[in-house]
Amino acid sequence: MSKVHVSATVNGDPVEFLADPRDTLLDCLRDQLGLTGTKEGCGTGDCGACSVQLDGVLVCSCLVLGVEAEGKRVETVEGLSSGQDLHPLQRKFIEHAALQCGFCTPGILVAAKALLAQNPDPTETEVRYWLAGNLCRCTGYDKIIRAVMDAGAEMRGAN
Amino acid sequence: MRFHTPKTFENAVAIAAAASGQTRFLAGGTDVLVQLRAAMVLPDDLIDLKHIPGVKEITRTSDGGWRIGIAVSGAELGRHAGIGADYPGVVEGMQLVGSTQVQGRATLVGNLCNGSPAADSVPAMVAAGAWVSVIGPQGVRDVKVEDIPAGPGRTTLKAGELITGITLPPRGANAGDAYLRFIPRTEMDIAVVGVAVNLRLDGDRISEARVALGAVAPKILLVPAAAQAIIGTMLDDAALDDAALDALAAAAIAASTPISDKRGTAEFRKDIVGVLVKRAARIALDRAKGATK
Repeated sequence: MSKVHVSATVNGDPVEFLADPRDTLLDCLRDQLGLTGTKEGCGTGDCGACSVQLDGVLVCSCLVLGVEAEGKRVETVEGLSSGQDLHPLQRKFIEHAALQCGFCTPGILVAAKALLAQNPDPTETEVRYWLAGNLCRCTGYDKIIRAVMDAGAEMRGAN
Repeated sequence: MRFHTPKTFENAVAIAAAASGQTRFLAGGTDVLVQLRAAMVLPDDLIDLKHIPGVKEITRTSDGGWRIGIAVSGAELGRHAGIGADYPGVVEGMQLVGSTQVQGRATLVGNLCNGSPAADSVPAMVAAGAWVSVIGPQGVRDVKVEDIPAGPGRTTLKAGELITGITLPPRGANAGDAYLRFIPRTEMDIAVVGVAVNLRLDGDRISEARVALGAVAPKILLVPAAAQAIIGTMLDDAALDDAALDALAAAAIAASTPISDKRGTAEFRKDIVGVLVKRAARIALDRAKGATK
């Protein structure tokens, strides 16, 4: 099985890796690049734990092949904070205790960031529909929704 | 598995024709990658079509219709004001497929070629009178969307054939469409029943109609008898004539041959298809009169 050389940009950094054509982008991020913040939940696009942005589009990295990332920009949860400074979404998730086991959290943070980038002032209904593809089995979602709404408010200077 | 990124459809066909084992074409990948993971499909050659120029584009045809590239995602379709104005039913059907993440990748052609009887985007394409362009070893041909599904997970495409684009006919005046589905919750589920209605008014009368049903038969159905039940009927102020609506529902129920499964019984599906077809007809009618929702 011949591997394919892939060049991409991950969280602003140029990266190169060798991908088996069968490997998903999720496999490559975790196993080739050591970016284990992106989680594998279902592996079939149902749970959203592996959410990343690919050229600015929110996708499940388990439904993208690593070889498809050639020449593209990938943003993962590791790209949210600036050094030790947490992204407002990360701080608000801590403040609101919007996580328990934490397995779904990276995917939800990435998905919420994508939402706030295109809709800085979403309604609760819009947040709930946007995050419908991110499953959390611990929190019952309310704290997650509140944290996203609060982060959005802070980011647009409404607090 | 060999991974190919042809730059033309002709080249994609040639790669498939030269392959000795199993081949799969890849666009959005939201079904293909799931099948790969489940080892339902283990292709020797995977042919990514996204490097072919134009596959991400939506363009006006010379006669005023729309041509949609095979790699246009649900999210991109949803952002396109022109198609949203002409065929809101097609857009709302596609946008019901999966999550935000899936919408970023999933395509109309993929939903069609996956062959699910419950595919949410297909009934509205059928009702719209859409067709697809097909290329294969024998050349090119156009096929009506309703002639693509052959049964659960199967299409009428021949070995080595692939779809190169979808065309929606010119919308014309005083027309509207709508797609409704039933699921037991509000998001992230597969249709128990799906119904699309597309119609045109001539004055107070419905002059043209097409009705398509999903998840009530082995493949998505175009039901001419249901359309005939409302063609030519008069309208009162706000709603379709009750007798015509009842005839529409009866025709849709009569055409349905659903199975019972974990998502619903056959009896329930037949009941719901009658309810939804009336509602979808009312929405399509309102849109034909100029409603923008």
